[in-house]
Amino acid sequence: MSSDILEGRDAAARAVADIPDGATVLIGGFGPAGQPLELIDALSRHGARDLTVVNNNAGNGDYGLAALLKTGHVRKMICSFPRQSDSWVFDDLYRSGRLELEVVPQGNLAERMRAAGAGIGGFFTPTSVGTPLAEGKEERTIDGKDYVLEYPLHGDYALVKAHRSDRMGNLVYRKTARNFGPVMATAASTTIAQVNDVVATGELDPEVIVTPSIYVDKVVLTS
Amino acid sequence: MSSPLEKTPLSKDGIAKLIADDIPTGSFVNLGIGQPTLVADHLDLERGVVLHTENGMLGMGRAAVGDEIDPDLINAGKVPVVETPGASYFHHADSFAMMRGGHLDVCVLGAFQVSVTGDLANWHTGAADAIPAVGGAMDLAMGAKDTYVMMTLFSKDGSAKLVEKCTYPLTGVACVSRVYTDHGVFEITPDGVRARSTYGATLDELRERTGLDLLD
Repeated sequence: MSSDILEGRDAAARAVADIPDGATVLIGGFGPAGQPLELIDALSRHGARDLTVVNNNAGNGDYGLAALLKTGHVRKMICSFPRQSDSWVFDDLYRSGRLELEVVPQGNLAERMRAAGAGIGGFFTPTSVGTPLAEGKEERTIDGKDYVLEYPLHGDYALVKAHRSDRMGNLVYRKTARNFGPVMATAASTTIAQVNDVVATGELDPEVIVTPSIYVDKVVLTS
Repeated sequence: MSSPLEKTPLSKDGIAKLIADDIPTGSFVNLGIGQPTLVADHLDLERGVVLHTENGMLGMGRAAVGDEIDPDLINAGKVPVVETPGASYFHHADSFAMMRGGHLDVCVLGAFQVSVTGDLANWHTGAADAIPAVGGAMDLAMGAKDTYVMMTLFSKDGSAKLVEKCTYPLTGVACVSRVYTDHGVFEITPDGVRARSTYGATLDELRERTGLDLLD
């Protein structure tokens, strides 16, 4: 089945129009690289409330993810590294108790989404053993080494940025803007990718496709 | 007679150079954000040392300048960098599998405190109003074959950062193998902490100031 390719001025708005209140939304990007700005802005305008957002960070400056947080529509942020020199929007919301925070080691964040996408019910990792982030979690010693049980992190929607798509929704990325995109695309019930370029099916070398179209529901062409 | 070098504490660059010189040829290395990035300035990449950045790249080069700056090509500190020949890109789950799976030879991290048994505290001061941010520190500390710490030996208030037991929240347990500081290089061994070299202080002075039984 091919993905829906949405083009034109309101393409991003149409792509996110179904996202309901209370949804968990995985948003790609590592700082500004790979952040799907047009989709995030469309979600900000869409107005769904009570959202849980998963991203590595918690917004930079006043644009993109930071602007989404500023709408007050995000109830909870799940991320590894919220505090940055330009995360004032998050800092203010968090300190005033208007935004819940779950801090997850970055490798657990990635692996929990990988597990969700791969049908894995949980995994044991040495990351966080003996630290406050392991408190209350099941631990097990395997072959003499201590591990903590982590559960999959599933999204209702994933918003990712890729470099190029074909008409089927196969995706390729660009440099370190790839980051969380491919793993988030596997972990959500509905994945929406914004791309700079859409080519005819067959024009992408099958050897270099990073996200196969099976994971992609909608593609938004941004200029 | 002591050499002049031993009479003064090392500068940050001096510490970075020591670490760079100790990294074996052909190593795959991750440098944490902050001070450890200075190590890159002293690494001879032609020696075959390959830098990993957690946001999905092996073969990371120096900071980008001018026309080289590409917003899609940044390091873990979100600073634009360049590619080196043989570089590769991969997604985050692969990048952290690489780190957590024990494939990196060395990581260099900053620290608030390191304990004599190699416990590391570098992500949270524990202060009530602090915003916790862990990033990839716990994954790196536990995953790399060798975790080196680069820090000053004393905090601004004069208290030692190499301690019997960490008082800050931990990043990882028994994960640090070597600590590079302005006043000395210390090996964490099963017998205790061995001072490999000291700078600007004698070993006895450091024993006095840290309150630790530093081995010679």
